[in-house]
Amino acid sequence: MADKTPDSQIQNDIILSVNNIEVIYDHVILVLKGVSLHVPKGGIVAILGANGAGKTTTLKAISNLLHAERGEVTKGSIEFRGEEVQSLSPNELVRRGCIQVMEGRHCFGHLSIEENLLTGAFTRKDGNAAIKKDLEMVYQYFPRLRERKGSQAGYTSGGEQQMCAIGRALMSKPSMILLDEPSMGLAPQLVEEIFDIVKQLNVDTGVSFLLAEQNTNIALKYATYGYILESGRVVLDGTGDELRENADVKEFYLGTGGEERRSFRTVKHYKRRKRWLA
Amino acid sequence: MELLNSIFVAPFVDMAAYPDFLIQVIWEGFVAGVLYSLIALGFVLIYKASGVFNFAQGIMVVFSALALVSLHEAGVPAWLAVVLAIGIMGVLAVSIERLVLRKLVNQHDAILLMATIGLTLILKGVGELIFGGEPKPMITEQLGLPTGSTDWEVFDGIVIFQHIDIAAAVIAVLMVMALGVFFSKTRIGRALRAVADDHQAALSVGISLHQIWAIVWFASGIVALVTGIMWGARSEVSFALEIIALKALAVLILGGFTSIPGAIVGGLLIGIGEKLFEVYWGALFGSGVEAWFAYVLALIFLLFRPQGLFGERIIERV
Repeated sequence: MADKTPDSQIQNDIILSVNNIEVIYDHVILVLKGVSLHVPKGGIVAILGANGAGKTTTLKAISNLLHAERGEVTKGSIEFRGEEVQSLSPNELVRRGCIQVMEGRHCFGHLSIEENLLTGAFTRKDGNAAIKKDLEMVYQYFPRLRERKGSQAGYTSGGEQQMCAIGRALMSKPSMILLDEPSMGLAPQLVEEIFDIVKQLNVDTGVSFLLAEQNTNIALKYATYGYILESGRVVLDGTGDELRENADVKEFYLGTGGEERRSFRTVKHYKRRKRWLA
Repeated sequence: MELLNSIFVAPFVDMAAYPDFLIQVIWEGFVAGVLYSLIALGFVLIYKASGVFNFAQGIMVVFSALALVSLHEAGVPAWLAVVLAIGIMGVLAVSIERLVLRKLVNQHDAILLMATIGLTLILKGVGELIFGGEPKPMITEQLGLPTGSTDWEVFDGIVIFQHIDIAAAVIAVLMVMALGVFFSKTRIGRALRAVADDHQAALSVGISLHQIWAIVWFASGIVALVTGIMWGARSEVSFALEIIALKALAVLILGGFTSIPGAIVGGLLIGIGEKLFEVYWGALFGSGVEAWFAYVLALIFLLFRPQGLFGERIIERV
């Protein structure tokens, strides 16, 4: 199921492929138990699932930030544009065009918004003029950042920080952005606004997105393809529409399942059975 | 009554009676303070960027100064010796990053502190092996630093300013200004501050921590060399100098571990404070006040203002 390529893309158009990876933290804690997924060039792919399902770990395995948390990919392979990433440092990966926006924004609190954006261009070697131009582009997409460019990032709102984090990633001229939980802690209206911009960026610049989300509803609205993760395994995958229409997804993730209310016990039982079958 | 008088009245009467002497004391304190500040500055650079409390900063001062003097003794011209000494600090920075920091990344703070204590012992041992244990005079004249002194007649007395002290103050100011510009205006400087704020996020945007660490250790190596030259010019270069590095600890507590202005102001406060205290109140404690004044002041700060005078404010959003 997992090695099915989305949208029947031919192999050349895959920018990122994760093949059956296993991740272990601290040499003992098995977090991912064989996850495979593919991101087509210019696609928006969502990883969905509850807390602790392994979404963040999957993204960090790709961006190679796992080492800093004593995590390790012990099996499987990850290829970004056909190149194995395991031996690359995060720095080299960013140079090659794959950058992560971490969960919880992680802006540099004591730097101004503009300085934050400029740190995103750290790996670039194409000169100040080009960087200035991209800074202008980021301000076009996020006009609010322009208004706040002199403020210390630590004092800006959650939405502004999320915009800053995405803008900072854009400054590295990426071809692929790993977006971890962009909706976290934001008002629904802001979430919508941020997803709109993500979509717009995807259409305008052709940058691919792999996003991890708990907010299944909104993620499936924007994603072309989705994978559902449950305790370190992909249990379901399909196009955004397929997943939205799937009875199990409706039941467990969208909360729009049956007409009549069911008791928690039956749901739990059903879910457990489903997991076995998967 | 006698006691109260000697605490609250007599010292001030003294100060007012001989203002020229007061100025002299403050100046001496100021110059010592500048050197404390410089050592503290080296600490702050490394602490900000890597969270490592570098116990070896003091020995780095001695090591770099000894390297400079010994190179000159071996017949290398003074300017070339400076360049080579800077090079040695560069090699040292890169090897420390490769051999120590890289292996210990993600370890507990205490482990890193212990590693720097180990580093202190290694540098001391290697230093004594190569350069010998006996004190050496600094090559002040060969470096083109001014010697001699100027007398300033004021309040019916004279205040003596050593030229080397004036030079030390000027050079310290220039160096701090250069660092300030480096941190706020350059790409690497921005990255340094980013790393100081959030390691993980810095990694995620492609900043190479290895590179940044090597750069800050190199920068504080240069600061150490300058400090060593200045301090050596006032007395001589010896391993005893290492002790003053401990005083920088008190400076850091006063100024805050993450603040460059804090390191400077803290250093000056302690330098001037301990001289004044020693001269005017020292008799009360049977002198020797200079040895502990800084630490007591630090203790008071730890009790009432643990983040220091200028410690980075913790930004909390509600």
